[in-house]
Amino acid sequence: MSTLTTSEASQAAGARRKKRLNAFIFVVPLLLFILLTFVAPIGSMLWRSVHHPIVAELIPLTLAELQHWDGQQIPDQKTLTLFASELHGLAKRRLSGKLAEEINRSYAGMSSAVKSSARKIGRLKPEQLPSQGAETLLKAHRNWSKPELWYAIQRAGQVYTYDYYLTALDLELHPDQGIQVREDTQIYLQLYGKTLNMALVITLLCALLGYPLAYYLANLPENRANLLLVLVLLPFWTSLLVRTTAWIALLQTNGVINSFLLSAGLIGRPFEMLYTSFATVVAMTHILLPFMILPLYSVMRGIDASYLRAAMSLGAKPIPAFVRIYFPMTLPGLSAGALLVFIISVGYYITPALVGGTDGQMISNIIAFHMQRSSNWELAAALGSLLLALILLLYWLYDRYVGASNIKLG
Amino acid sequence: MAEQAGDISFLQFTNVKKTYDHKNLVVKDFNLDVAQGEFITLLGPSGSGKTTCLMMLAGFEDVTSGEILINGRSVTSIAPYARNIGMVFQQYALFPHMTIRENLAYPLKIRKQPKAQIRAKVDEYLALVELQDFGNRYPGQLSGGQRQRVALARALIFAPDIVLMDEPLGALDKKLREQMQFEIKRLHEQLGFTVIYVTHDQTEALTMSDRIAVFNNGIVQQCAPPHVLYERPANLFVADFIGESNKLKGVIASVADDTVSVRLDDGAQVSTLRANCSEIGLPTTVSVRPEKLTFTDRLGSAGNQVKARFITRHYVGEYIRYHFQTADGTELVVKNLNDSSAPQLSAQDEVALAWLPQDSQALDRQDVPTTL
Repeated sequence: MSTLTTSEASQAAGARRKKRLNAFIFVVPLLLFILLTFVAPIGSMLWRSVHHPIVAELIPLTLAELQHWDGQQIPDQKTLTLFASELHGLAKRRLSGKLAEEINRSYAGMSSAVKSSARKIGRLKPEQLPSQGAETLLKAHRNWSKPELWYAIQRAGQVYTYDYYLTALDLELHPDQGIQVREDTQIYLQLYGKTLNMALVITLLCALLGYPLAYYLANLPENRANLLLVLVLLPFWTSLLVRTTAWIALLQTNGVINSFLLSAGLIGRPFEMLYTSFATVVAMTHILLPFMILPLYSVMRGIDASYLRAAMSLGAKPIPAFVRIYFPMTLPGLSAGALLVFIISVGYYITPALVGGTDGQMISNIIAFHMQRSSNWELAAALGSLLLALILLLYWLYDRYVGASNIKLG
Repeated sequence: MAEQAGDISFLQFTNVKKTYDHKNLVVKDFNLDVAQGEFITLLGPSGSGKTTCLMMLAGFEDVTSGEILINGRSVTSIAPYARNIGMVFQQYALFPHMTIRENLAYPLKIRKQPKAQIRAKVDEYLALVELQDFGNRYPGQLSGGQRQRVALARALIFAPDIVLMDEPLGALDKKLREQMQFEIKRLHEQLGFTVIYVTHDQTEALTMSDRIAVFNNGIVQQCAPPHVLYERPANLFVADFIGESNKLKGVIASVADDTVSVRLDDGAQVSTLRANCSEIGLPTTVSVRPEKLTFTDRLGSAGNQVKARFITRHYVGEYIRYHFQTADGTELVVKNLNDSSAPQLSAQDEVALAWLPQDSQALDRQDVPTTL
């Protein structure tokens, strides 16, 4: 019989373990790298979009007291006094600005009110606070008498919150009516729509421009096709900034295109092309075109000329043969290219930032804005997480209806 | 050689030439007449122009000069899709995104046949190639031989005038290849279509064809039925390309009507059939098939004889190959059936190798093409 003895079996198992360990050791550096630079930032982003401890750290006692508040009238004297004394403490430690900013986010227009109130309370002596704190506060700004403000403070004080997701989806939580569409400003949904729209246009343009070229390249002799393929890859070797800046030079009001059209007498006054969504679409199509051409080319290279010949020998005219036989065979490359271009362009930042102006902004530019200017990292994280979810959803839909296994990247 | 198999030439190549680079002719003056229902094989080494001829007939390559006529009508200006020629490709070219049924229905759909008729036709042809249960599979789910049968059925289903096959069995293993040869022959006899078959496999050509056109360097060396090609090769190239051949060099001593007498370089005088050699005193090569040579004395004194020394033997199975060398160094191969009564030879034994005059031919030393 050919059964293994126990010692042979354990020896084989040991050898297999050793092999696995070896393989793992080879992967460890990459694994650590990905963990540190990819998984950890995304995790921290997701975490930050729901975890918000700042207000809770600033006014812990007030928030604790607000838990017993009925939400109908102004909080009681005790709560107001507690808040006044905490504000006093913050003013002394120069942290009142931070609180003002946080409250302002959930209750617009409160930034200066909180700061001035903090100044006034800060002028009181600590022993005056129990008697005059609440009174001074209510006098400092009329909004302190509004229950809505206290409701906003209560919400801002939650350590775990989905408020940023509501904001990112242009929604708000009303104390009585629950979640509803925000009335004053509708920014983000519109921007998501515009981003998807532009990504779609860019993908379509890339497909329309890339398909014929890939077809031409795929039907050239190998050595000439390789030479021309280098030209397709050439943009990859130029800095992205240089390419984008080149578009600025081309598209601006006194740029190459306008000067040419003017001097040729084709137009009377220059087109406004730079800082529009047109500029974003053109520049991004240019930059992302290789991502469409390469998978298409590699798929088309693999399609033998005999398929079209077979179709024709069976009686199909060239165009029907192309539509019915050749085109379906290139779909794996086309869908791979389209998916690549679409996903890359949905999250694109640098090009729209440089050539897009306000009209050509995409969602990533708003995320960057919240990171750098308004320093509302939580909202930036929520917007980013939604973008990630959106892309995953699109990929899921793609896999569902087209099949991810059809993708051929090269 | 055989000129025409039928009275009316159904398919005709006249003075067809083809060049790709406008310098070298890939096909030099190709002439061929094919009768309806004939099975013609274009045989030759790769690069000899046989596939180019097929592609010109299918319409995928244009003709540099000359004419291709089907039923007397020139097809050189007709687009490939309008020629009504079926084709089986070496890699099958089954459409991978269509099921077998869809593949078979495709040519009928293009011809706008009614749906019910298409379904019946597809069923009929699936049965013909014995793939009834595979209609809803995709080509990727079939084996090589099954794909080959589908390709065959697809090329036949729209009842084309001519079916072209470009090395259709090249991708199959030996056993399957033999099976498919039989299958193609069966369908050919059953349906009676005309076949132009391209291959570089001589066994395949010999077993399947009505006639074989042997190509070399863009020229048809000989076009004849298989047995003529084998028994009476027109020149040294054909003698060498079809089967194996022993070549004995000599000079023509005398010429009769259809036989010549040749004095071999080692002095022996042999009598042989006359092929494409003519004048007394000119050098010639006598070609003898290895299985016609014998070192046993079964021919008595009836045949030609040369002296040779035994070198070695290779055991093949059903036969044994014996290698000999004559005094002037010419190597001779003898194929002898695996017969235990044959004399045992040991190295350097000198024996007389004999053959009958009608089993050998005197051929010119150059590969001169025969004119058709």
